[in-house]
Amino acid sequence: MSSEAFEVAEQATLITEESDAILLPEPSSVGGGSKVLGWLRLFIAPLIVFTVFIAVWYLLSWRLLPVVLGRDSPPEFLRAIILPYPHEVVKVAFLDPTNLTDILSGLWLDMRLAGIGLAIAIVIGVSTAIAMSQARWVERSFYPYAVFLQTVPILALVPAIGLFLGFGFSARLLVVVIISLFPIITNTLFGLKSTDLELHDLFTLHTKSRWVRLWKLQLPGSIPAMFIGFQIAAGLSVIGAIVGDFFFGRGEKGLGNLIDLYSNRLRPAELWGAVFFSTLLGLFVFVAFGWLRIRLTGHWHESARAGKET
Amino acid sequence: MGEQRLCYGDPRNGWSAVNEANGMALRFDRVGMTYPDGTEALREVSFGLQAGEFVTVVGPSGCGKSTLLRLASGLLDETAGAVHVDRDRLGYVFQDATLLPWRTVRMNVELLPELHGINSKERGHIASKAIELVGLIGFEEYYPKRLSGGMRMRVSLARSLTLDPSVFLFDEPFGALDEITRERLNSELLALFRSQGFAGLFITHNIFEAVYMSTRVLVMSARPGRIIAEFEIPFSYPRDEDLRFQPEFAQMGNKVSQALRKAYE
Repeated sequence: MSSEAFEVAEQATLITEESDAILLPEPSSVGGGSKVLGWLRLFIAPLIVFTVFIAVWYLLSWRLLPVVLGRDSPPEFLRAIILPYPHEVVKVAFLDPTNLTDILSGLWLDMRLAGIGLAIAIVIGVSTAIAMSQARWVERSFYPYAVFLQTVPILALVPAIGLFLGFGFSARLLVVVIISLFPIITNTLFGLKSTDLELHDLFTLHTKSRWVRLWKLQLPGSIPAMFIGFQIAAGLSVIGAIVGDFFFGRGEKGLGNLIDLYSNRLRPAELWGAVFFSTLLGLFVFVAFGWLRIRLTGHWHESARAGKET
Repeated sequence: MGEQRLCYGDPRNGWSAVNEANGMALRFDRVGMTYPDGTEALREVSFGLQAGEFVTVVGPSGCGKSTLLRLASGLLDETAGAVHVDRDRLGYVFQDATLLPWRTVRMNVELLPELHGINSKERGHIASKAIELVGLIGFEEYYPKRLSGGMRMRVSLARSLTLDPSVFLFDEPFGALDEITRERLNSELLALFRSQGFAGLFITHNIFEAVYMSTRVLVMSARPGRIIAEFEIPFSYPRDEDLRFQPEFAQMGNKVSQALRKAYE
């Protein structure tokens, strides 16, 4: 064996390092401009939309609502029972300590419901998807029922759940789990099954263990899809918690109970405040999971960054 | 820079005595392959691959070239004849680099020793050597996302080198690369072939790549694939880049090309 040949390779390698080593740019370094400017650009468009939204709200409460609804009632009346001015909502719902305490404790209940329910749904959903990916018969047997979970009208199911579990925390929890399970199962299963075929061949050549294949190939590869599922489920879990509240009036009061109460008692300012907080909760979990997904996969997954920009 | 070889354990483990005796690394004995759907991919294919030989198979697309490698590696079982090969130290480079995108270059190169249960210290040692062999020092902590196509292929090569393969299968590994990068990788692979001493079975549809690298070129017919011509390539190793511009090289390419034309008939 000639060391000459190796030297040829050495040279080839050197040439290579100079000209072929064109690294693709780190995505975060693209764009330029100062960081402050970037933040401004990020927030300015949503801010404009928000301003327009508030302006339209003021117009509606001030004069337009009777026109829009086609009623003869004076605007003051409709303002009092349907749509108060935004600043009144802030004053009554957020700055009044009694109301704020009610709303925040409702929020706290729904946060726990959504959080715990989502955690349970993630454990059940991911394990179900793994089982389905490992054996065709599991998938064939259970997938139809997973679809069933998705298509059953949750509102119709809730009273039945109440009959079985009573009207306490665990019944509400079950509603959250049911409503958030399906997107977790489908997205995780999709992720597990979309592994590159040549990578499967590579693992077939070098290991016989399905667990090694699952753990080192399929599971890491499914994380981006899995987290999309978590993100969708997170939004749904908040909806589940609040829908549950509507039916389960006993015990602690969630935001759903408060919304029900406020609308019955014609207290629109508190009503809109409660709606605002429930939206905020949904938004928070959605953004949190999106952030987590990019943290976990942004350094390797092609679409992670693009996902952030959209 | 002297000769280096990657090695762990006893390289002769599992190396069958018969193959060892006659220096045969891989042998196809009247191998046929018919898929369950009735497609006959290969018919009566016989050839041998000596230790230290580099054999390239060229043929029309869809003629069963990839099937050949899947049979050699054991990913598929032949439906007729027999494949003789020691699969304990088998390298396989796919058409794509097939890296795990969530692993760095180093972790990708460590994958195969990891799957074979080599401890992490030795793994790191083997991986460092393999990374050095393909000229990727300094890129160990990069993720595949940031590497060019040619560099990804090098990582893929390094990954297979960690097992110190005695037989190395290549399934059109450079097909997706541009001409210059391809030529460069041809030279590098050739140098690795000489320094690491594996027997290579290379699939391509690029005649010049075939002639430049190989000790022998086999031409396959359209489906069902049969070997219809065989050429000894007389150029001695080491072969340098200038060989591509020699008249003998062009003549050799011409001969293979004419045989390949017949394969389409």
